[in-house]
Amino acid sequence: MLSDALLHLYRLMMRIRVFEEKVQELHKLGRLPGFVHVYLGEEAVAVGACSVLRRTDHITSTHRGHGHCIAKGADVAPMMAELFGKADGYCKGKGGSMHIIDTSLGILGANGIVGGGIPMAAGAGLADTVLGRDGVTVCFFGDGAANQGVLLEALNLSAIWKLPVVYLCESNHYMEFTPTADLTAGRIYRRAEPFGIPGVEVDGNDVLEVRRAAAEAVDRARRGEGPTLIEAVTYRFAGHSEGEEAFVSAYRTEEEVESWKARDPVTCFRERLLAELPDRASELDDIDDAEQASVEAAVRFAEAAPFPPPGQALEHVFAEAGA
Amino acid sequence: MKRSPAGTGENFGFSDAPSATATAAGGGSEAVMTYLEAISDALRTEMRRDPDVLVMGEDIAGSFGGAFKVTKGFEEEFGARRVINTPMCEQGFVGAANGMALMGLRPVVEMQFADFISTGFDAIVQYAAPNHYRWGAPVPWVIRAPSDGGIRSGPFHSQNPEAWFVHTPGLKVVAPSTPADAKGLLISAIRDDNPVIYFEAKPLYRSIRGEVPSGEHTTPIGKASIVREGTELTVVTYGSIVHQSLAAADRLAGEVSVEIVDLRTLKPLDTGTVLASVRKTGRAVVVHAANRLAGVGAEIAALLAEEAFEYLDAPVARLGGLDTPVPFSPPLEDAYRPDQAKITEAIRRTARF
Repeated sequence: MLSDALLHLYRLMMRIRVFEEKVQELHKLGRLPGFVHVYLGEEAVAVGACSVLRRTDHITSTHRGHGHCIAKGADVAPMMAELFGKADGYCKGKGGSMHIIDTSLGILGANGIVGGGIPMAAGAGLADTVLGRDGVTVCFFGDGAANQGVLLEALNLSAIWKLPVVYLCESNHYMEFTPTADLTAGRIYRRAEPFGIPGVEVDGNDVLEVRRAAAEAVDRARRGEGPTLIEAVTYRFAGHSEGEEAFVSAYRTEEEVESWKARDPVTCFRERLLAELPDRASELDDIDDAEQASVEAAVRFAEAAPFPPPGQALEHVFAEAGA
Repeated sequence: MKRSPAGTGENFGFSDAPSATATAAGGGSEAVMTYLEAISDALRTEMRRDPDVLVMGEDIAGSFGGAFKVTKGFEEEFGARRVINTPMCEQGFVGAANGMALMGLRPVVEMQFADFISTGFDAIVQYAAPNHYRWGAPVPWVIRAPSDGGIRSGPFHSQNPEAWFVHTPGLKVVAPSTPADAKGLLISAIRDDNPVIYFEAKPLYRSIRGEVPSGEHTTPIGKASIVREGTELTVVTYGSIVHQSLAAADRLAGEVSVEIVDLRTLKPLDTGTVLASVRKTGRAVVVHAANRLAGVGAEIAALLAEEAFEYLDAPVARLGGLDTPVPFSPPLEDAYRPDQAKITEAIRRTARF
């Protein structure tokens, strides 16, 4: 890979990292209403996968979706404004953290119910097929969602119709507050096998490994050869949702969390870039500073934005004719 | 429009009855069609007009053409890409329709029976319904839901689940009672940028025939229709029960002057037409085939209590199915369903109050 492209992967991972750390901070300070689920520790999955997509390709996202949206090109300012419930947010304040969407970037929306995006991704793939286009859709979902029956429905639809969809399971080891292994039979990537489609496991903390696996699956999909199920094994550094310590006792050991932090996808990739591209070290610092500044600017934008007037609660229930 | 005598639905079933074949392009002329043929005609008309319209559902393609033959011959005309046979996985294929609609297509999904819609409930109420509100992204699909009973089909092939969807913000719900409206409302639903659930009444499929305008005939969503004018009492109804109500009103001719409002659209509700009629007649009987508790009739009764109280000369009578699952055995199903006799009795009781 060209060094510029490597730096761009780093930039996007860092953008997610500082965005999510800022979200944590704002939530702790009580400045964000509602629930937020941060993507810290999983940055390599979204960035690796989206790095092989075109702007005209699509993704579906989850309740832990900030990283997916940023990796597909979403602007952190309207994202942050949406988290604040402001009128200038991506959803005019109607959705919040779990509902970011920008169809112009191919982001077919985040979904606050586990598994919600899965059949929509199959539909997006079916639409590209029906329309004779060569687009590809990446469906992000978690290991918890893998137990929703609709995953098997969507894998079947995608297999029988050879849909251009990549099902990308982010196995972060926990289904909310319960270890995935406690309530999940077998390995998730092996659920591809009975459908006759490739199922692969990758190190979800290694952005280049994710990128490699995604590239193979996306190319295959674009050639009309059908779907792939990728299981990216990773770890959620933060809790299921911010502030959960107020109502849930520790369900993970400190040793476990620390062992995964030792494999932090952002810092590990940074170290690798420093080793491989020593002459560009200062650019990494510049990226860190620039991303920090842009997230700070996003917070200022969000704080300055107006709340929607209460009368807007009644608006947008229906699309107007011709909308 | 001609109605067959009692015993609607005698041709119901999986028999290979002829489906719509005659569709004249352009307007002006009319053809006599069954309710079922009118549905088929609407689909053909829209699929010929708009390449983004496609149909999907169980067993709908090929020579079979769906359990009720609505799409018989469609694959031949429109090709397999636009006439998509799905496995039995309502959450999966309604969810896929959500994705297709987000991508700009206009899928028309056939539920084989409205009863099966519960399997796709999540995709409808959590994703399709709020998507414009939460995302600003329209979901222009239609689900055709063959509903209603009286045809001895038992608990899982006779239901009228419209109240679930009327209660869900973001959905539109229509329920035609005539061949002309079956066509007109389906075309309007396909053109609408919102998810529309189209309840088609199975007992009407082949039991009623009527004049249907050729070509691009639309019936506006959100407009009720006065199907019988009267001065002393208003029956508010929809779907197959419109015909039972008309029969009851005919039977009472000379005794009570009955006006009948066919709602046609259950959401958004045409409150203006309902209120104007009841303010004129001063009495109302609300009736539908779905069970009564928290049904559409309850909403109509509440509307009349809130906005027409001072015009009412009698309590609003409300008829519906029993608050039970739909029973199979004919005498039990007859006990379950409102029919001409029960409507006649309710009209008399309300008129005499």
